[in-house]
Amino acid sequence: MRKLVSIELFKIFSKPRTYIGFGAIIIIVLAIEFGILLEGDTMMGIIIQNIKDRFIFEGNIINLYLVSYIILNTLWIHVPILVALVTGDMLAGEANSGTFRLILTRPISRVQLVLAKFIAGWIYAVMLVAVMAILSIGIGLVLFGPGDLLVVTNKVNVFSANDVLWRFGGAYAYGILSMTTVAALSFLLSAFADNSIGPIIGTVAMIIGITIISTVGASLLGPVNKYIFTSYLPSWQLFFQTDSGLSTMGHAILIQAIYITGFLGVTIWYFRKKDILS
Amino acid sequence: MDPYIEILNLSKHYGQIRAVDDLSMKVLPGDIYGFLGPNGSGKSTTIRMMLSLIRPTSGQILLFGQDLAKDRYKTLSRLGALVEKPDFYNYLSARKNLEILGKLSSISNLKHRVDEVLELVGLLPRASSTVRTYSLGMKQRLGIAQSLLHYPDLIILDEPTNGLDPQGQKEIRDLVKSLNQDKNITILISSHILFEIEQIANRMIIIDKGKALVEGNVQELVNSQDRQVAFILGDTVAGLTLLNETAWAGRIIKSNQERIYFKINKDEIPELNAFLVEHKMQIFAVEPVRSLEEFFLQITEDEKVS
Repeated sequence: MRKLVSIELFKIFSKPRTYIGFGAIIIIVLAIEFGILLEGDTMMGIIIQNIKDRFIFEGNIINLYLVSYIILNTLWIHVPILVALVTGDMLAGEANSGTFRLILTRPISRVQLVLAKFIAGWIYAVMLVAVMAILSIGIGLVLFGPGDLLVVTNKVNVFSANDVLWRFGGAYAYGILSMTTVAALSFLLSAFADNSIGPIIGTVAMIIGITIISTVGASLLGPVNKYIFTSYLPSWQLFFQTDSGLSTMGHAILIQAIYITGFLGVTIWYFRKKDILS
Repeated sequence: MDPYIEILNLSKHYGQIRAVDDLSMKVLPGDIYGFLGPNGSGKSTTIRMMLSLIRPTSGQILLFGQDLAKDRYKTLSRLGALVEKPDFYNYLSARKNLEILGKLSSISNLKHRVDEVLELVGLLPRASSTVRTYSLGMKQRLGIAQSLLHYPDLIILDEPTNGLDPQGQKEIRDLVKSLNQDKNITILISSHILFEIEQIANRMIIIDKGKALVEGNVQELVNSQDRQVAFILGDTVAGLTLLNETAWAGRIIKSNQERIYFKINKDEIPELNAFLVEHKMQIFAVEPVRSLEEFFLQITEDEKVS
């Protein structure tokens, strides 16, 4: 199994498209960090304009934690696309290029191959999130320095600097879980397709589509919303709540784990009996 | 000794379409076995079933005496294959491609073996080039190289000369012959070109519409059929005039300004040649004219009669 995973990783990192993801993240993080460096005061003014009359703000508000939090918010829109770009290609790409004929005529099991590909895709997703975390915190530290984190949603939460790192750690870890769900979905679509465009676009379209439906039609869907995986993709934000946020984390993790297992299970079931016609 | 490949009543249906229909065949150790049939006759589907790429609808495939469905790992580890187009990871070099495939087959001393097979197919000087820079002929040879990586006892080559120029086709045929003779590898080679199979195979099967038409020794099968031969004479009109006064007239199929076409068996060719020489006819060439379709037609006609 380790051998198969290392082969799949080698294939992933030999393809130019793999580096599009890392390149995009580097560009976006740098753009946001330098943008905030230049226009941060204006941006903060807009964010706190409704509350500045009632609170006194002291210290370094625009600090590395705030910037990292903003980047987290921004990049969870992009990272699923970048994950799908690679994981959606993992099975469909082999079908499209005809290389299944080479590898599936070797004495390896199809189940092991699917698992190895999924693990390799997952490692790629983890690396994307890790690069995002390291860059946003690293550059943020150099440009802005630490400070207390101010989170303004429908209420104002202030986290002291020594209470923030574990929250970021949790948010990134949960982000990895969310990206694993995205990877599992695109992987499933990839098993059904013979070229990678369909699974990549399909994954993004499904995530956006289901999110819109479940947001706009929340009242219509009612309790069903609680079981739709897209409802839980942004649940990393629970780490930046002070009250009951973390108590719902277990439910979010469970739902995502069920979807990951389900998507992967169907992929294995289908791929095991798939006729390789390409 | 068990046949290396034994297929028993194999069928593959796609809805109402019977891609392979109750096919049985045997490839014996040491064979170069021709798997002949027109495009769309079910050759590739059969080969894919032999390699477990496609699940049969019914029937059994025994490789090296083992049931493929039950013992896939063991059988595939003794088998190499090149199925249809030689597709590779185009963004990798030939060497990297072979290393990946070698690792999947758990080959020891892999680097040495990769060089060995690349040398065998004449690609060692280009081993570090990415496959996307390869010509089709080079990819075909690389395809054969990958099929040899794990020291197989049997290799299956699905139309390995497709798309190659005559020189490339000859190179592949020579390579196949040498693998069989020098390396003692049993080979199943599919083709839709009778001439190609005749050149290299000792046994063959002909299939059409997924069904076996005939199986046996290549020379016996080919020679048992009347063949079409074209004689190119110095004076075609004089030749026709001469022949029309003899029993050979009944063997003439057609003629044009350059050639006179006969349907005669192998032993009659020198006889006809001698007759024409005796009557002072200049013979510039004697050409075999036998397309696969004509051969099929003959076989199917024979089948109907029998």
